[in-house]
Amino acid sequence: MVINNCEGVGVTVENMKIYMDNSATTPVKKEVVENMILYMTENFGNPSSIHDLGKTSKHAIENARKKVAKAIGAGESEIYFTSGGTESNNWAIKGIAFANRNRGKHIITSSIEHHSVLHACEWIEGQKFEVTYLPVDKYGLVSPEELKSAIKDDTILISIMFANNEIGTIQPVEEIGKIARENRIYFHTDAVQVVGHIPIDVTKMNIDLLSLSGHKFQGPKGCGALYIKTGTKIETLIHGGDQERKRRAGTENVPAIVGLGKAIELATDEIEESNKILFEMRDSLIRGLITIPKTHLNGHPTQRLANNINVNFEYIEGESLLLMLNAKGIFASAGSACNSSSLETSHVLTACGVKPEIIRGSLRLSLGMMNTLKDVDKVLEILPEIVQKLRNMSPLTPQEYRTL
Amino acid sequence: MDYSAKVMDHFLNPRNMGSIENSDGIGEVGNAKCGDVMKIFLKIEGDRITEVKFQTFGCGAAIASSSMATELIKGKTLEEAWRLSNKAVAEALDGLPPIKVHCSMLAEEAIHEAINDHIRKKGLEPWID
Repeated sequence: MVINNCEGVGVTVENMKIYMDNSATTPVKKEVVENMILYMTENFGNPSSIHDLGKTSKHAIENARKKVAKAIGAGESEIYFTSGGTESNNWAIKGIAFANRNRGKHIITSSIEHHSVLHACEWIEGQKFEVTYLPVDKYGLVSPEELKSAIKDDTILISIMFANNEIGTIQPVEEIGKIARENRIYFHTDAVQVVGHIPIDVTKMNIDLLSLSGHKFQGPKGCGALYIKTGTKIETLIHGGDQERKRRAGTENVPAIVGLGKAIELATDEIEESNKILFEMRDSLIRGLITIPKTHLNGHPTQRLANNINVNFEYIEGESLLLMLNAKGIFASAGSACNSSSLETSHVLTACGVKPEIIRGSLRLSLGMMNTLKDVDKVLEILPEIVQKLRNMSPLTPQEYRTL
Repeated sequence: MDYSAKVMDHFLNPRNMGSIENSDGIGEVGNAKCGDVMKIFLKIEGDRITEVKFQTFGCGAAIASSSMATELIKGKTLEEAWRLSNKAVAEALDGLPPIKVHCSMLAEEAIHEAINDHIRKKGLEPWID
């Protein structure tokens, strides 16, 4: 990779790049791209057209729908394509709230949800709905007992994410689904980080609505899906034409839908073998990183996604850490990529009770199938040096942790 | 973060990083909760800054601002150093992204604190802007 020196001249550093930001996004698989290209070039028809070109596109969408349904144990007619995880989450929350407001106005979610859930919930609070934001323990787990006691007579929706994007903590989804079902409350889960890492069965898990996003599992960006269980009362979010069984208007993003279908098929076929490799890399990274003094693991030690590592280094700040890693060809993030340009601290780490003085020193490494154990070794060689360099620079570092 | 080449240079190769034993003035500003702490150490002979060092906890812009600010006041008189504005620091770095401008202000404030620490030690009234 190339960086510029003070004269603006490109200086080649090391000829290597290690991408460990797979929770932000993933590269699209070659075979997925190959499937997509055909639907941008030769088979460019509008699926709503009557002619053969239109029918070809329509069939391609239905084929992709089958694949998504199969991947999560749903029926084909329960899958609706959207523009991604954010739209799916917005649709689930606003759609359920407005369609069921005669039944009740109370919604339960958690304090560590993605912003597309939290900000949608804040918005509906302004529309006279009431939202309970459940706390989490230090590992980021929602307590089923606390969920039970938060339920009111007028609770219409429980929206709890399947696994967290920053710290990787996996929620007791099946238990939550059971509670929701027993109380006859809709259960939505944001599974954006989960597809391809944990097998999903919406029936067994009592899930009524589930959000997923293509680019998190080596599919294209700008395409996702919302699973809506048959019989669920939900309002439409995007009004217009008759696409997606009249529930989500707008000409379908055919190439992306085709890509998502192929990607979810590949990702869910490989869960067991890919997790085996990811677990090994994850655990050696965690083992290595926590040997650095004053370093803390965020999230649950075992109930966590196979590709997630999140640690806090005391006395240093996350952005400078990321920039130095970047200069060494290691691409990572501090928490969620969606928020890296704002100066806010992570609401997830805050909810887990990480002290404000050390919350700025967080690092998320999220693994993918392009990573190897060699990458892990390289990161474990470079990262401690950078942490030390920044600690030597920091006025907060006690003398015993300095080398200068 | 879209930083200039100069910011990246000062961030990756910071000048005057460290501390000064028996310094004549120390200024520390910011707090860890907000994400920036900057500490400036001065060695002063007569009214001239002969040596300057910094320690910074913060983002790339905060570290680069500290490095640049210390370069700009080295060898200067206390009055000249006092007049160094955050704007001059940002300009010397070929600009900072708008959300990072406060980092250059922190450098200006840290220098003011360090100079006033020296002045107070001499039993004089601290300077005000």
